[in-house]
Amino acid sequence: MRDLPKIIIGLAIFVIIVAIPLWYNLAGGGAGAMPELVVETEDVPGRDECVLPAGRMRPEHMDLLNRWRDEYVRYGDRDFTDHRGRTFEKSLTKTCLDCHANKDTFCDRCHNYMAVDPYCWDCHVVPEELAGRGGRR
Amino acid sequence: MIIDRRNFVRVAGLGALGAAAAPASTLLAEPAASRAKTASAKPLTAKRWAMVVDTRKATEENVRAAIDACHREHNVPDLHGTKDEIKWIWAESFEHAFHEQDLHYIPSAMKQAPTLLLCNHCDDPPCTQVCPTGATFKRERDGIVMMDWHRCIGCRYCIVACPYGSRSFNFRDPRAHIAEIDPEYPTRMRGVVEKCTFCEERLARGREPACVEATKASGMMVFGDLEDPDSEVSRAVRAHFCIRRKPGLGTQPEVYYIVPEVKTRDRPQFPPFEP
Repeated sequence: MRDLPKIIIGLAIFVIIVAIPLWYNLAGGGAGAMPELVVETEDVPGRDECVLPAGRMRPEHMDLLNRWRDEYVRYGDRDFTDHRGRTFEKSLTKTCLDCHANKDTFCDRCHNYMAVDPYCWDCHVVPEELAGRGGRR
Repeated sequence: MIIDRRNFVRVAGLGALGAAAAPASTLLAEPAASRAKTASAKPLTAKRWAMVVDTRKATEENVRAAIDACHREHNVPDLHGTKDEIKWIWAESFEHAFHEQDLHYIPSAMKQAPTLLLCNHCDDPPCTQVCPTGATFKRERDGIVMMDWHRCIGCRYCIVACPYGSRSFNFRDPRAHIAEIDPEYPTRMRGVVEKCTFCEERLARGREPACVEATKASGMMVFGDLEDPDSEVSRAVRAHFCIRRKPGLGTQPEVYYIVPEVKTRDRPQFPPFEP
């Protein structure tokens, strides 16, 4: 057990080095760079809020989209009534992109930041991209 | 279990997955009672959708109009003439479309007549029985053999199972071969099977299938509910001699073909039968 202090010191140095990103952020003050999402249709009347409150949309939008997908394609249930009684067609390209037409500064920014690569756009068409870049991803 | 790095990562991953699934489950548990229908176009509904194709009216223009309307609207890539061809609705000569019929003595003009072929939306479809993911399935409410492209893994069992050649596989990225992409309808991606869906997306908006609408003036195609005795298709199959493709297989196709009457003088003359 002679080497116990050395081992403890070595372990402590190891932990400090491994946790450098945490110390760095703490010392630097504030969080790291976050993606800046642009919501372009905020001031359209009746469209001041998404189909769920934003606090739910952020963590749950992918589950909502999966649920919409199954209900629409497999059960022919095509309309969604939200918590405020507004009815929407369950459609990624028609309903979601209707407000969030700026896919590149809304969807893509956060997906890139989170390093997720949803395959929606392999098939679903973004009208803006179609006009600008020949509809390629 | 030995806690090595791999197992630690596995367990940590599972834990994170569980934490992420918790909010998802609250979402999925939301009551379905709040689902209301939009008052947009009233959807067309039926117990059993069926189609009647009048081969007597199948001119080159009509056939072309039906194919073009369908393929344009559904973003079907133009790979005609290649081995990677994608087709939802296509034309074949009558003798090839109905090769199992005894066609020796029909007029040769009729043998060559263009015949429109599409998914038969069988009552007992072999394709849905072999699909391992449920990507293709029979809609019990109206009989449409539906595709859920999200689930297709491209195994192509359905292509082997379909006796009518109604299914095509995307061997390459289809988007490069679509002249003009219609943003209203998705494209497919490489590795997915596709076929005619009886335009279920149009029916949901109260519109007839694109091929029927495109050839409406000629009356070449009639679409409707076969369970409704007063529908146009029911009257058409009662009033005319109709045939279906490969009836002996028992798949019960729901696309019927009105065939022209063959005049007696075209039939071979046999000596009177005397027992």
